[in-house]
Amino acid sequence: MATHEFAAQESHAHAAPQGFVRKWVFSLDHKVIGLQYYFLALAAVFVGMFLSLLMRIHLIWPTLPLPLLGDIKPETYLTLVTMHGTIMVFFVLTTAPQGGFGNYFLPIQIGAPDMAFPVLNMLSFWTTLLGFIVMIAAFFVAGGAPLHGWTGYAPLSAMQSTGPGEGLGADLWIISIAIFCIGALMGALNFITTTLDMRAKGMTMMRLPLTVWAWFVTAILGLLAFGVLLSAGILLLMDRNLGTSFFVPLVTINGQLTGHKGGSPLLWQHLFWFFGHPEVYIAILPAMGMCSQLLSVFSRKPIFGYKAMVYAILGIGFLGFMVWGHHMFMSGMSPYTAFAFSIMTMGIGVPSAIKTFNWLGTLMRGRIRFTSPMLFAIGFVSLFVSGGISGPFLAQPVLDIQLHDTYFVPAHFHLIMGVASIFGIFAATYYWFPKMFGRMMNESMARWHFWFSFIGTYAIFMPMHYLGMAGMPRRYSQLTEVTYLHGLIPLQKFITYAAFVTIAGQLIFLVNLFWSMFKGKQASDNPWEATTLEWTTATPPPHDNFGGHTPVVHNGPYEYNVPGAPRDYVMQSDPEIGPAH
Amino acid sequence: MADSAVHDIQSVYEPSLFGTYSKKIGMWLFLLSDSLTFGALLYAYSYGRISTEGWPTPFHSESIVNATIMTAFLLTSSLTMVLAVRASVHGDAKGQRLWLLATMLCGTGFIVLHGREWSNLIAEGLTLPMFPKVPGREAASEFVNVSKTVPQFGATFFGLTGMHMLHVTLGVIYLGVVALRRKFIPILLVLWLVAWLATPAYSPFHYGAHVLLIGAIVCSIILWLKPKLYDSSDVEVAGLYWHFVDLVWMFIFPLVYLMSAKIL
Ligand code: HEM
Ligand SMILES: [Cu+2]
Repeated sequence: MATHEFAAQESHAHAAPQGFVRKWVFSLDHKVIGLQYYFLALAAVFVGMFLSLLMRIHLIWPTLPLPLLGDIKPETYLTLVTMHGTIMVFFVLTTAPQGGFGNYFLPIQIGAPDMAFPVLNMLSFWTTLLGFIVMIAAFFVAGGAPLHGWTGYAPLSAMQSTGPGEGLGADLWIISIAIFCIGALMGALNFITTTLDMRAKGMTMMRLPLTVWAWFVTAILGLLAFGVLLSAGILLLMDRNLGTSFFVPLVTINGQLTGHKGGSPLLWQHLFWFFGHPEVYIAILPAMGMCSQLLSVFSRKPIFGYKAMVYAILGIGFLGFMVWGHHMFMSGMSPYTAFAFSIMTMGIGVPSAIKTFNWLGTLMRGRIRFTSPMLFAIGFVSLFVSGGISGPFLAQPVLDIQLHDTYFVPAHFHLIMGVASIFGIFAATYYWFPKMFGRMMNESMARWHFWFSFIGTYAIFMPMHYLGMAGMPRRYSQLTEVTYLHGLIPLQKFITYAAFVTIAGQLIFLVNLFWSMFKGKQASDNPWEATTLEWTTATPPPHDNFGGHTPVVHNGPYEYNVPGAPRDYVMQSDPEIGPAH
Repeated sequence: MADSAVHDIQSVYEPSLFGTYSKKIGMWLFLLSDSLTFGALLYAYSYGRISTEGWPTPFHSESIVNATIMTAFLLTSSLTMVLAVRASVHGDAKGQRLWLLATMLCGTGFIVLHGREWSNLIAEGLTLPMFPKVPGREAASEFVNVSKTVPQFGATFFGLTGMHMLHVTLGVIYLGVVALRRKFIPILLVLWLVAWLATPAYSPFHYGAHVLLIGAIVCSIILWLKPKLYDSSDVEVAGLYWHFVDLVWMFIFPLVYLMSAKIL
């Protein structure tokens, strides 16, 4: 009966699209949509990086006029902080690993011809793009971009008159986030349904590559978290434009009553962080999945503890919803509540440590091939550990009283969430580029890029821990005049120089990406000798991924170095090799 | 033909974890996320209510009666929706369309009654600071005082019921597209013009009406991308959405109306 049709089957009844517009612009093909997401994130990351450079310059030469902006007033600096953080978190870290690589490779890795809902998939990309355009528009309206930080704390964000960027700019910021939420929700729904419903014969849940597990759980987190942010955004818009006071208590601005009363800024913090903490896992889980994959491929060994990895991903996803209060220790919450949140937060350390040890176990006694994707995967583990260690410090309410809102916090989250996830994106780019574009990326440029990024990242963010412990607050412009921070100026200079060099190193990546697309060495179908399904199909994959047939899966995703097998790897669609280990 | 297709798909794919078709899973997932969206609003409401001393209970019996009739409309619409699904399963195209239209009618009745309720309350003085003033009426009821002393009351009322009304409106559009497909777009445009022109400029519905225009545009795009016939599975999935919106009202009605009735 018709009720048993699968949505994707139905939509793929039509032939491959004809014409440039249907093929590359309004495409329903998950591979094209994946690339669209990827290039959106690429554009966004360069905007975000440019803003961070401006911040770093301003921090050590506060009186120097900046390109495009002229003299920097304190509020202009806050604009930079806000837009840098927002663009990075939403349009880079949420967009590239999930929307980009997830879209491209999740269906192929499970043996499906496309996503479950191709039209929805296309709409979710265009919604996200619209969100980005609205976000960028905030720079150009009267008053400029908002200055309430990426967390949009009320009451600063909840009224039009709190600062120059808090007029139309802040409205656009909120609308952009709301649009982004809708796009992310559509995407999440699609990812989950696809994973549940469209796995090829033999692709049981416990044979899914860890990448797919990570995208799947990330989608569940997105499904549950973005709806809440959407509501919070709507209430914030009401506060700003209809005069309600959800988030605003009785306050005065310059001695004037605002007309608001009765609301609570804490309500915003609860709603925001109920989304915000899962969001950091939305940013990092796909990178974890991709790096698990690469460590196994390039160690020529099965991943250490596949099942433990799966349960750890699920555990992280589950616990991720119960710890949002650790961002609010300073809000005057009851010490008992703080204690509960603190324990829960440290509990997340357990699955995280399981993953880390399993990565190390995978590397141990492997026949490691130090290719560029592998370098970035190892770099990811390094950054994840370095950033992870400061987590338990911040999770102690007593220590957080000292460290909250100092540079210790940017040091922590840049390492563990920001650049770790970026390293995941780089690793995935170098790894899958041959499949996506049919050519290899230039290996020596890739190595230069790795060392610039790896050393540069540590040079920028490690010293920030010391800045924080020395009491340097975050989100402040012009601290060079503050006497108790004078001793830190050389360190500040060092960080800025390091940022210059690191960002210059990213240009190598950009050149490599576009150069290799046209001039790179021709790639074979399976250049890395990997086992998952994307390497069984042509390069680049045909419109329906497997050229008219659906693969049948007989093996787990990490069968490397199998005794008795003809090669040192057994692909998932090869004949069965007996019970998995 | 359909039966062999099933056979084919089952031999090529792993059985779905939930043993059902994708659209239905997709809708359940959407409802899961939407319940968190409403959950956040209800949380905001409870937060405001608990942290405010002397939460008012100003709804007089007219409001309660009106809201009860609205509830009856929604409940009836759920029944007609069930009948639409049953007709569709039996391949009764005419019955399916008829019951879908009946459901839409009930939904529209709900919206109109709700709109009237909003307008009355606003005229009586329950309003948000930025709603345009109703000209020529100096409101002088208890609501004026409530708006002044407990602004959270009006804020949560309009926020929650507004979000729900939006969901009902989108539901009517959704059902309209399932029932009439392309033919529904001109009807929607007429409805938009009527709603826009028939409401005075000081009414929030004068601006809210544009939801219908946006809906018409989005539906046109979707119908252009996917010009297909809707079958019984689509009716069932639409029904899931409709019942969910109905269910949400069953939380809002007691929490917002009954718990703030004058007798309390
Ligand atoms: C080129 C590398 C980067 C540099 C030099 C850099 C630098 C900075 C600086 C100086 C701040 C302001 C700290 C303050 O005054 O409070 C900041 C904030 C921030 N950055 Fe980065 N950043 C970089 C990359 C990233 C990446 C990849 C992410 C992605 C997560 C990111 C996310 C954030 C966030 C969320 C904030 C906080 C914004 C806020 O306080 O609202 N950054 N960054
Ligand atoms: Cu957190």
